[in-house]
Amino acid sequence: MRVRRRATLWSLALSVVLAVAVTVSAGVGPVRIPPATVLRVVANAVAIPAGVEFGTAGAGPLALPRLGVVYQSPFAFPVDDTHRRIVVLVRLPRILLAALVGFALAAAGTVMQGFFRNPMADPSIIGVSSGAAAGAVAFIVSPVALVGTLWIPGVGAVDVNLSHGAGVSLFAFAGALVAAFGVYAIATRRGRTPVATLLLAGVAVQTFLGAVISYLQLQAGESLRRIVAWLMGHLSGATWSEVLVVGLVVPPLFVVLLGYTRELNVMLLGESEAQGLGVDVERTKRVLLAASALVTAAGVAFAGIVGFVGLVVPHMLRLVVGPDHRVLLPTAALAGGTFLVAADTVARAGATELPVGVVTAAVGAPFFVYLLDRREVYEL
Amino acid sequence: MSDEVSATDDGANDEADAEHPVVVRDLAVSYGDSTVVEGVDLTLEAGSLVGLVGPNGAGKTTVLRAIRGVVERDAGSVRLDGAPLETLSARAVGRRVASVPQETGLSFAFTVRAVVEMGRTPHRGRFEGPDASDADAVENALARTRTTAFADRPITELSGGERSRVLLARALAQETPALLLDEPTASLDVNHAVETMALIRRLVDDGRAAIAAIHDLEMAARYCDRVVVLANGRVRAAGPPDAVLDADTVHEAFDAEAFVGRAPATGGRAVTAYPSADAAAHRVHVAGVGPETARIVARLGAAGHDLSVGVVPAGDAAALAAADVDATVVSVPPFADVDESAQATAVELAECAAVVVAVTDGSGTLTGAIRERADLVVDTADPPTDETLLARVAAAAGSDA
Repeated sequence: MRVRRRATLWSLALSVVLAVAVTVSAGVGPVRIPPATVLRVVANAVAIPAGVEFGTAGAGPLALPRLGVVYQSPFAFPVDDTHRRIVVLVRLPRILLAALVGFALAAAGTVMQGFFRNPMADPSIIGVSSGAAAGAVAFIVSPVALVGTLWIPGVGAVDVNLSHGAGVSLFAFAGALVAAFGVYAIATRRGRTPVATLLLAGVAVQTFLGAVISYLQLQAGESLRRIVAWLMGHLSGATWSEVLVVGLVVPPLFVVLLGYTRELNVMLLGESEAQGLGVDVERTKRVLLAASALVTAAGVAFAGIVGFVGLVVPHMLRLVVGPDHRVLLPTAALAGGTFLVAADTVARAGATELPVGVVTAAVGAPFFVYLLDRREVYEL
Repeated sequence: MSDEVSATDDGANDEADAEHPVVVRDLAVSYGDSTVVEGVDLTLEAGSLVGLVGPNGAGKTTVLRAIRGVVERDAGSVRLDGAPLETLSARAVGRRVASVPQETGLSFAFTVRAVVEMGRTPHRGRFEGPDASDADAVENALARTRTTAFADRPITELSGGERSRVLLARALAQETPALLLDEPTASLDVNHAVETMALIRRLVDDGRAAIAAIHDLEMAARYCDRVVVLANGRVRAAGPPDAVLDADTVHEAFDAEAFVGRAPATGGRAVTAYPSADAAAHRVHVAGVGPETARIVARLGAAGHDLSVGVVPAGDAAALAAADVDATVVSVPPFADVDESAQATAVELAECAAVVVAVTDGSGTLTGAIRERADLVVDTADPPTDETLLARVAAAAGSDA
């Protein structure tokens, strides 16, 4: 009971912090917008279903009757339209993407550190980041442009253009999952996946993919700049559809991870003891690996390699709320979202925009040294 | 030998097996190419404590791990409450057997209560919070192991003894019919060791069943209803401690010479082990009384010599030791005069012995008749060490031959 209350209270508090960070961040930029205005813009943008309407979809003989929902905003605060456009179309998608990616990376990092019982573990340890990088770089370097038109019955013609961001993200996502599955397959023998083998298989795959990425960079020519930008992590040019995709992928998987927090605690005792306490260790490992690989993949596919969030944030929160994953996982995830929102705000606040990965690493590395100095990391 | 054991001791049929918390039949486990245990039979009945004894590497821990399904079996069957292990989910196993490890790998600052609460894992659904039965089980477990006082302290701050009690509490919170304990007293000092064993004994008396891997033979003899002696992955002997823990079994299992006597304080078996001397066995007659004679009888008996002892007063330390090593004893009632026939018997035994050891302590029991024949005279004021004693007996036997 007490654990649940602690988890709830901490999560509420950190949600408030995250909301404040998002609001403040939306006001920062070349055009300064006061937080109150940001809140009004957001309130105006809130849409609630207000009714239904009938219409038709398609054309000609394929026209189908269709039921539509009418949305209406309950608020109509007077807001400068330029401010509205800046907040809704430019800043909010980027900020929310940062929040979701930070959330995803910190959640996956917490799970990986507990899973490996290793303080140096982070989401990249099972090859997810390298796989994403290899996929993204391969796509950027390759001359293929996936442009075409899909005809989806009932919806109509949809233009598909994968030559830009979407293609990179798709390839990064696929690369991440292929690499993670590869690591898992290499480390699994007769239905058992020893954690130590998994760790080493991860290192091997990462090293190999590192070679692939280096080679591709040599061949990149004009695309090199884009590759470097992607590899350092970036959130610029985020769109609402990206937010939507990450927002659809991450929360359900996070709920799955939340369902395994007790197992994660028990797994800290060691696999043999966990088994003795009635945990199906191999199945739990598969679920945790798959869920955190997907969560990480969703994050890095859109934001590139953002380092240190998944490593440092769980450590920070462990110092504050303790090692119990029932409290640690939700709080670390929320703090990760806040951390990346703050880091990205710093990254874009200056005269020239920095890659967000540079900011997180620049903040994260010294903090990690501080942790080492306090010897806290030895205790996970 | 294990076949014989299973036939006589565990000779229950399958129907009876169904009622026992743990039944292991013909278990074999190997790691890679090396077979660790083979042909192990073991039955744990409700309300009984079975001690699994044997030297390091005998396979005790492996047997425990196989019962929990943590290691793969090459052959054999394990049934928990009648259900074959392979048909049970990890959760179902966790509700049937709880295991207490030697040490926990837990170096995280979980509170004691949180650790004990982990024992409820097999009883709770994924998104369920703890209910009243969970809370009760946790509080009970804390109370029984007397860990309530530090329930809110981080486990990392506890001493070794306290930590092992917490691990036991965690297993109790699992509320399983059977407990598996891996060296529950190995890291404890003597008072905590005894306290822990007494607690386990009480739990068993209250109806639980427990298997404990124990290397301390006296502890096993004192607290267990039955002991199973493992050596080189096989069952060497199984049965009540008094029947099983004899010098031969200990010698065979541990490759150590042992004197198995009776601990006066507990009435249980007292096992004194010696390094294996590997000396040839001889007929040895020992004459003398008192503790020093008893020591010599115990050591020579453990070394495998065929002993006769006398004349000694019944009830003397030497007489008790002689009985424990199955020596031929010539005794007279305490405080009685040595009668002629006893004296004659003793002399005759001494005559046909390869070596005669006389222990002088000036009590007069040792008569000249035997002292004259003594190859080796030991003065209680300046007793030889075990090694010297064995060497001198061997030398005397050699010169005789």
